[in-house]
Amino acid sequence: MSVTGPRLQPTLFERSRPGRGGGKIPHPPKDALDRIPPAHRRSEPPALPELNEPEVVRHYVNLSHLNFAVDTGFYPLGSCTMKFNPKLNEWAARLRGFAELHPMVPDQVAQGTLQLLHDLESALAEISGMRAVTLQPAAGAQGELTGILMIRAYHRSRGDFERMDVLVPDSSHGTNPATASMAGFRTITIPSAADGGVDIAAFTSALGPTTAAVMITNPSTLGLFETRIGELLDAVREAGALAYMDGANLNAILGRFKPGEAGFDVMHFNVHKTFSTPHGGGGPGAGPVGVGERLVPFLPAPRVLRDEDGSYRLERTGERPTSIGRLRSFVGNTGVLVRAYAYILAHGATGLREVTDDAVLAANYLKHRLRDAFDIPYDRACKHEFVASASTIKKDTGVRTLDIAKRLIDFGYHPPTIYFPLIVDEGMLIEPTETESLEMLDAFADTLIAIADEARTDPEMVRSAPHTSPVGRLDEAMAARQPNLRWRPMRGAEMPCPD
Amino acid sequence: MNPTDLRYTKDHEWVRVEGDSATIGITQFATEQLGDIVYVELPAVGSSLQQGAVFGVVESVKAVSDLFAPLSGEVVASNDALSGQPELVNQDPFGTGWMIRVRLADAGEPDALLDAAAYDALSAEA
Repeated sequence: MSVTGPRLQPTLFERSRPGRGGGKIPHPPKDALDRIPPAHRRSEPPALPELNEPEVVRHYVNLSHLNFAVDTGFYPLGSCTMKFNPKLNEWAARLRGFAELHPMVPDQVAQGTLQLLHDLESALAEISGMRAVTLQPAAGAQGELTGILMIRAYHRSRGDFERMDVLVPDSSHGTNPATASMAGFRTITIPSAADGGVDIAAFTSALGPTTAAVMITNPSTLGLFETRIGELLDAVREAGALAYMDGANLNAILGRFKPGEAGFDVMHFNVHKTFSTPHGGGGPGAGPVGVGERLVPFLPAPRVLRDEDGSYRLERTGERPTSIGRLRSFVGNTGVLVRAYAYILAHGATGLREVTDDAVLAANYLKHRLRDAFDIPYDRACKHEFVASASTIKKDTGVRTLDIAKRLIDFGYHPPTIYFPLIVDEGMLIEPTETESLEMLDAFADTLIAIADEARTDPEMVRSAPHTSPVGRLDEAMAARQPNLRWRPMRGAEMPCPD
Repeated sequence: MNPTDLRYTKDHEWVRVEGDSATIGITQFATEQLGDIVYVELPAVGSSLQQGAVFGVVESVKAVSDLFAPLSGEVVASNDALSGQPELVNQDPFGTGWMIRVRLADAGEPDALLDAAAYDALSAEA
């Protein structure tokens, strides 16, 4: 299909006109070109589009208006915790002392940033019940890898080279098995029990002398708290394995459940979910990792240390030989960490517990409102998110969850996560977060119920949605089968791109 | 419903036994559950399969799923057309969308698989 419409626009290449704009690099030295060795100079000028400044500005501003964001509307994307990002965070991150600090300044000049990092580590350790925290990983997935590499280092440090298996439940995030594979482990998937929780019997029978770790998300990706977590962690300990907690759903347990105290050995934090730092865009992100006592020696280097005189410094190279080493240049993405710190301080302990309580209340309220219009596969009190299913609607009308999700776009909502977790037929994973008002929750529920009715009265309207977006139903299968990721000149374009 | 000359697994693979070999694919029910299939990864000819073990991967717009070997044996052919046209699996799962052919290691194994009636019942339940 052609991706054009009244609200879309040609690319900058298509708008380009020879000689228009461009080339206004301020004060280039006259001998600029002579300073580049001839072998490294290009023989032809680069095929860059030529436009004037207002054209470029309008192009990008108009494109930005096509974005859907949590700043423009409700975004109940399950497992993603699309909470509002308070603007206070942005103020803090833009303070010159943080934003303009060069990463290579001596520690004496970076005392404020180092103290913030040290205090943030302490706050995350307190929140999670872990012994120590590293802020280095650049994202949750790298945090997972950091955690599993520490587990590997722990087993090896004890001369135990036999532990090659990592157990994950079938409801886990796809990153869990990917992490285990990246670290050289074999992934063993354990089916869920009928109530959506971990199947303890299946887990314990798979546990043994070759088990390095289990990776658990609690609450699970079904939004259900793992009620048998104590039993499970006991079995893991007895088998000599370590327990990894995927912190993706931490927003559901702040101030109510501390993984470290429960017996988890390591967990990562998704600060973009729980602590309101911006999502997406490929980064910069942060995925801090907390560890229990046994894994402290293996934390990435350098750690931020507080000396006896109260000053802060980074660990010196080689100071702690047991470390798994460096995961990220410098000390991680501090701009993101400043935002997380601002969020934690603005809320305090009581505020963070309220965040969780409100997020859980909102999810249970929505689940209750939707129970007549949709199937609710695991109908018990949920945490911060829940799964609804259009299984019955599909059987009766042929309208699928995908269609319902697309129809939501017409009403100004971002669709929830669909077809995840994979173990639910026609599932949608809905996570309202604590930041929405009762009016917004009701309006969303009313809309979903209306779409469920429409599936019965006017199924074609739902199947052909969205009707009001800049583009309609995209051909996802074609996009995956024959991906075309590079812009090429179209017929009649003023300035063909060389490749 | 499902063809009666085939055998089935609870993981939604089908098996057509012809002499000492068997052709293997996934059922129409499986393709409906998966949605549009965009990539199929199959084992090399000559590799050996163990019943119940993963022999390949099928990726749809919704999910990536493992393929489980319904039978043990040696792979004697794989459907090369699927690398360029994975949609054949959606269009004709029991025909041109077949995946691999296997020389049976144990001629008794197919008898233990589900027949069409049992598989009809299983997929109606799901």
